[in-house]
Amino acid sequence: MLQQLFFAYFAVTIIVFSILVITRRNPVHSVLWMLLLFFHIASLYLFLNAEFIAAIQIIVYAGAILVLYLFAILFLNIKEEVKVNRFVGAWPTGFTFGIALFIVFILSLRSFIAAPPGNYSIELIKAETHTKALAKVLYTDFLFPFEVASVILLVAIVGTIVLAKRRLKS
Amino acid sequence: MVPLNWYIVLSTAVFTIGVIGFLMRRNVIIILMSIELMLNGVNINLIAFSHYLQDPRGQILTFFIITVAAAEAAIGLAIIIALFRNKATAHVDDIHEMQG
Repeated sequence: MLQQLFFAYFAVTIIVFSILVITRRNPVHSVLWMLLLFFHIASLYLFLNAEFIAAIQIIVYAGAILVLYLFAILFLNIKEEVKVNRFVGAWPTGFTFGIALFIVFILSLRSFIAAPPGNYSIELIKAETHTKALAKVLYTDFLFPFEVASVILLVAIVGTIVLAKRRLKS
Repeated sequence: MVPLNWYIVLSTAVFTIGVIGFLMRRNVIIILMSIELMLNGVNINLIAFSHYLQDPRGQILTFFIITVAAAEAAIGLAIIIALFRNKATAHVDDIHEMQG
């Protein structure tokens, strides 16, 4: 019963904060609601026994990505931004599409059959800590995707500098 | 014990709110934030499956999704800065150079 109450609290706050993120006029308010949203999602990960991912969620999402967004918002003229229309002219189409997508996803839930459970039980995590259990899989079976992820980050570094730097007059 | 279906419904709701925000908002920065919402919805789903099916691969995939999200945010915001330099607007309906 207590678990359901916890989940209900997190589910309601996550959905309310998501709606607030996409409806606020002021982009700074959106970013701040998103910060709260990320902390709640991290708590939900803790609730699902994923401590390492919860820490990564707070460090990377709340610590790095949201600060980047705040920097980009510095370019906006907030005083003008809060006066103009928030939504594009064709917003009813997008809204209908989103609701239809939700209904299709929920309807497909009825034909869901769970796979047999794997060998990563709670006892195993308790025996050799969550981070170690995760690292054993990450550095053996998923070594190649891990290296590809480092290439993606390199592309992001180089691409950001190339895109954002001021053109030199030749 | 919370049923797995509740988590799936929650992640679907977050994903759908991201889709709606992506299609409805005019501001490019809010559109990028909607993409982050969609990625977070998928992450909730993967972590819930990883817990209920007792398989670490879902969490590994979440790890990679967070990496890609960081790269995507950096590249997207660099594109927005280049856009501000050329057009001085943040609204998608003001950017119609390629419209026929």
